[in-house]
Amino acid sequence: MICGAEIMVKCLEEEGVTLAFGYPGAAICPFYDFLYQSPIRHVLVRQEQNAAHMASGYARCAGRPGVCIATSGPGATNLITGLATAYMDSIPMVAITGQVNSELLGRDVFQEADITGACESFTKHSYLVKDAADLPRVFKEAFTIAATGRPGPVLIDVPFDVQMQEVDGFRYPEKAEILGYKPRTQGHPLQLKRALAAMRQAKRPVICCGGGVVLAGARSEMIALAQRTRIPVVSTMMGIGVIPMDDPSYLGMIGSHGHACANRAMHEADLILLCGARVGDRAIAAPEQVAEKATVIHIDIDPAEIGKNMTAHIPIVGDIRQVLGKLAAQAEPCAPPEWVETVRRYQREFVPHGAETETFVEPRSFLRRLSTRMREDAILVADVGQNQIWAANNFNVKEGRFLTSGGLGTMGYSLPAAIGAKLAKPRRQVVAVCGDAAFQMCLCELGTLRQTGVDVKIIVMENSRLGMVREVQDRLYGRRHAATELDGGSPDFVALAQAYGVPAARAKSNAGANRLAEEMLACGGPFLLVCEVDPDLPTL
Amino acid sequence: MKYTLSVLVENQPGVLSRVSGLFSRRGFNIDSLSVGVTDEPRISRMTIVVDGDEHILEQVEKQLNKVIPVIKVKSLGETGAFWDSELLLVKAGCEPGQRGELLSLAELMRARVVDVSPSTVTFQLADRPEQVETLIRLLAPYGIREIVRTGVAAIEKGEGALKK
Repeated sequence: MICGAEIMVKCLEEEGVTLAFGYPGAAICPFYDFLYQSPIRHVLVRQEQNAAHMASGYARCAGRPGVCIATSGPGATNLITGLATAYMDSIPMVAITGQVNSELLGRDVFQEADITGACESFTKHSYLVKDAADLPRVFKEAFTIAATGRPGPVLIDVPFDVQMQEVDGFRYPEKAEILGYKPRTQGHPLQLKRALAAMRQAKRPVICCGGGVVLAGARSEMIALAQRTRIPVVSTMMGIGVIPMDDPSYLGMIGSHGHACANRAMHEADLILLCGARVGDRAIAAPEQVAEKATVIHIDIDPAEIGKNMTAHIPIVGDIRQVLGKLAAQAEPCAPPEWVETVRRYQREFVPHGAETETFVEPRSFLRRLSTRMREDAILVADVGQNQIWAANNFNVKEGRFLTSGGLGTMGYSLPAAIGAKLAKPRRQVVAVCGDAAFQMCLCELGTLRQTGVDVKIIVMENSRLGMVREVQDRLYGRRHAATELDGGSPDFVALAQAYGVPAARAKSNAGANRLAEEMLACGGPFLLVCEVDPDLPTL
Repeated sequence: MKYTLSVLVENQPGVLSRVSGLFSRRGFNIDSLSVGVTDEPRISRMTIVVDGDEHILEQVEKQLNKVIPVIKVKSLGETGAFWDSELLLVKAGCEPGQRGELLSLAELMRARVVDVSPSTVTFQLADRPEQVETLIRLLAPYGIREIVRTGVAAIEKGEGALKK
């Protein structure tokens, strides 16, 4: 005989899980008891939302589902923002929650929450397990659903009595058999042909690289296609890092906070090859206007994305890696030289924002310089707010990664996600960039950082403002700064980090920040660098 | 424009809420939804009538297909390509002397009288939605006490069959 809790741990082991992030509670104790006896490493977070963010950072770098665990009730509801964040960015994750005894379900007992109901719109799928004998099938399905097709988070809610229930033996299924789940991976040959023909005829073609390219691991195929066709490439925020910022074919991020060259090229394009991008409002404000002027080839693994926000003239449903591989193999050098020269001119005319200053740290020039000082394969995790845009537009990702909460825009994502990323790629440099407001949403994780000894560097851009909201107030609300100033309420972040035993320093100028960044990168463990930023500095 | 969809789903707890939740979340307008088990006990079939344009219909189909327990989605196409039927139970007021009229109305509409009380007559009608509307309209002058409709169930005409 074997109990449900032991089966759950065995399922994780069968899936090759070596690391999980979580926070225990009474309703998940049986599971934790077996996890304790398993070789799986558990990282204790300080708040469940961050367990989900860590699993997200881990999943994005490890290329396999991250696992997070919480107890019933508030533990589970705290996970929701993290699950929603992962859902919006299509990150593969399996979340396990404890639940009250199944015979008490629906009676509003202590720490009961209908978490499968609450997460319906934030998960790819969810399970409330009523019989321990179902656990192997449920886990197999959950990991399959999370990692295949368009990835996403899957939730498994297991009542206490199901964890305690004894069943005969354990056998893990080899594959999941789900009647209604058959993700399409091969692009339709006819559509590929049409796409190639449209690319040949285009006068001003542009490739738009989205997060789907990163998720599919199609970086080399994307680079091959861009090199072969010479078509200029722009990216969405989630597509940053596929093509290095200093590559001549790359024009930068599009959108309301994007790069002028990238937006100009998109605006003038007569053909857009949209790859794994849903073109949300922040990327293209008026997608139908763009689609009127340009032929849109849309490649996505999720058929529902095609035609959702923007008309697609040539839809290709399939795995981006396969589709781009085929396109790269069959495409010809087709971008007209005049067009290539035109966008090169845009690039030459562009003057980077932000000059180094003596009185504050100018974040854009600081981040540009920082990226030259870091290793090629470094991972940068940007939080949400002005810091996100500064990082997106100025930190040059070469062979590494750019991680951020692009879809949901969840403040406080950077530090926990960076911890997860570092645990997935222990040999890579990992830096979290955040504002002082976002940092205060996740600073409890300094405890996790300290306890695990994970070498994550944190850069806090301190301006005592909710900078991006304040900009909106400046523009649209008559400069009435309602609730966007942190003055007088923030701690000394250097002293705070030091109180956790994390070395820290403060920079008040670019020269100082550059020098301290060297010190930060040279130090063998976590480090927190506070950069004082001009409160009036704009995002762009 | 109204579109009628047939949806095969796994017969498991929560599937109805996943499907109906999808409609509210994505802002689709649902006219009616009916569900019942098929000849295969683990599979249920839903008939959903959606109000919208072609773009909305396409999104509804695609989004439904993303729901894991949804096995198959089919839009039944133009009216005339499928047979749709709905069950109506309606309790109408019946003054002394009106019973004869009401009974002949029932006969005319092929509705069944399922209950009679001193001041009411209850009808059952299983027919196309237009017929159901007609009966309701005809009974309105007598005073409708209460009304229950199941929503439409629809099936393709001809040899075509929706199977997993």
